[in-house]
Amino acid sequence: MEWIQQLINGISLGSIYALIALGYTMVYGIIKLINFAHGDVFMVGSFIGFYSITVFGLGFFPALIISMVACALFGVIIERIAYKRLRNATRIAALITAIGVSLLIEYGVIYIRGAQPEAYPNIFSNKTFSILGAQISIQSVLILSVSVVLMILLQFIVHKTKTGKAMRAVSHDVEAAKLMGINVDNTISATFAIGSALAGAAGVIFGVYYTKIDPLMGVIPGLKAFVAAVLGGIGIIPGAMVGGLVLGVVETIVSALGFSLWRDAAAFIILILILIFRPSGIFGKNTREKV
Amino acid sequence: MKKSKFASLFLASSLLVGMLAGCGAGEEGSGSKGGDEIKIGVNLELSGPVASYGSSQNDGFNLAVEEINAAGGIDGKQIKLVTVDNKSDAAESTSAAIKLTSQDKVAAIIGPATSGNSVAQVQIANDSKTPMITPSGTSPTVTVADNGSVNEYAFRTSFIDPFQGTVAANFAANELKVKTAAVYADNASDYAKGLAASFIKDFEAAGGKIVQQESYVAKDTDFRSTLTRIKGANPEFIFIPGYYEEVGLIVKQARELGITVPLMGADGWDSPTIVDLAGAEALNNTFVINHYSAEDPDGKAKEFADKFNDKYGKAPNSFNALGYDTVYLLKDAIERAGSTDGTKIKDALKATDNLDLVTGLYSVDENHHPVKSATILEFVDGKQVFNTKVNP
Repeated sequence: MEWIQQLINGISLGSIYALIALGYTMVYGIIKLINFAHGDVFMVGSFIGFYSITVFGLGFFPALIISMVACALFGVIIERIAYKRLRNATRIAALITAIGVSLLIEYGVIYIRGAQPEAYPNIFSNKTFSILGAQISIQSVLILSVSVVLMILLQFIVHKTKTGKAMRAVSHDVEAAKLMGINVDNTISATFAIGSALAGAAGVIFGVYYTKIDPLMGVIPGLKAFVAAVLGGIGIIPGAMVGGLVLGVVETIVSALGFSLWRDAAAFIILILILIFRPSGIFGKNTREKV
Repeated sequence: MKKSKFASLFLASSLLVGMLAGCGAGEEGSGSKGGDEIKIGVNLELSGPVASYGSSQNDGFNLAVEEINAAGGIDGKQIKLVTVDNKSDAAESTSAAIKLTSQDKVAAIIGPATSGNSVAQVQIANDSKTPMITPSGTSPTVTVADNGSVNEYAFRTSFIDPFQGTVAANFAANELKVKTAAVYADNASDYAKGLAASFIKDFEAAGGKIVQQESYVAKDTDFRSTLTRIKGANPEFIFIPGYYEEVGLIVKQARELGITVPLMGADGWDSPTIVDLAGAEALNNTFVINHYSAEDPDGKAKEFADKFNDKYGKAPNSFNALGYDTVYLLKDAIERAGSTDGTKIKDALKATDNLDLVTGLYSVDENHHPVKSATILEFVDGKQVFNTKVNP
């Protein structure tokens, strides 16, 4: 019984990692940039959801949608202002810019509203029901279903729409895509928009599930999601989903065995092992690395 | 090493200056000790980040002094408070203590509110043989130096941190009558670790069994997996020493996982934010330890609450009560010493035995740690309600 409960705990945690990891992986896949500001977009999304619910009295779904739209815009603005002009610069310059943007967002939010944490209002009842002896709250069911729906939607966009096709083409070969008449700038913006929207959704879900949000809340989930993306194979969308879920379940197992203080360490040990033994990740194909 | 040398040099030289200054004002200085008033120094955090603690205690001090003076003072002498704001800063606290001991020649110092600022004053108190009483410096280091020796002139009104673990253990074993308990402590804080250790020791001594012991780290947000593990061990009671930011989430997640047993914590839980984080419903059947409750039905506590309400128009908090008690603790010692000589007051303070104060019966042990009652509050629909008082 305890193990079923732990599995549910792990999957809930993992689905949040997966939603954030998707944004990392999409951006990496298309412009080979590790967008360290992504965890902070997640934080901003969480706050937008919080204010939509508390100040404007909206329900969960309107708040979720507002947060996704706002984060999509935010992501595009970040890309246009900070990353676009660095597209032909060295990778390290872009990476350092991403860290700078991350710090700017974190401390910008602290400057605007202070560093004190905020408690998400209880918008779902705390009712739980038990399946096979495991306690499942209505919240976690809803959160899991929202995550699954968003992931299916993403698969649909990437594989069945024109934008998705353009994204795949740009990620494959930027020059060739340009020659085929694809507007690379718009495609990159669309990628940022979709990835950031998912982070915004993850932010609202995180708030509802874990209650406490604060301006630095994006740092650790952002790093964990990065690990998840690398674990699944960075740049590969199904890899991010699987990587996120695996990471969530592994962390839960580590705590369940009584090593709760080792939980964060476990995530980063996984990162190190993956980088040593299978740098392209679970789903990655071994390609020749251009040096 | 260099720093401490420099600091002691600085202190020594400022003391010397103070003594020289004192010589000039010798006539006046002796007047304060022998005349018809007793000067008591107040070194408090009246501005800065923890100003709310300091100003709360100042209200308590003023109420107590007003009462004592109206009733004829101590042995016919009126109390005069000399108040200095230490700006919530340890260095300012040291200089405030130097000013009070050397310029104002106070008989004793009350304050500061926090342990850090109190530690900054201890050396001055010892060197000038001026007794000091901190109302709420709960760290053991205020009265016991790092090398284990007792700071002769330092005393406190509040109980110390680890004592709360003992109180929780007694409450669980005697009042709730539970046989098994789990401990879930913040591994990043000495406060929580100290409480957990004393809880485990005393709960086992009372015949209880610790079935599970787990840790978390401050800033964690996901406690579900560890809580599921604790649930698997089936404890009848869970002790969670920690601060409200994490505890709020732990309580919420524990209840969601179907853990219905009583949960208990210490004064780290004391913040309105905990109700927002955990939700009022989840907090039912949880207990906290505190110094004082405005709802305590005990005669003395009730009388204080009424008097405080008359003067300030609000219900007193535990800092108000501790401030008020500090003055009475000192008054009792000065009366028993029969003098305002620092050494005699110190000896009298040390011999304090079962003094009846607003926050409970008060005695001092050999480390200057109070042995006193603690108040247990229970959360009922998001409000802290007086449950019982546990005597040592």
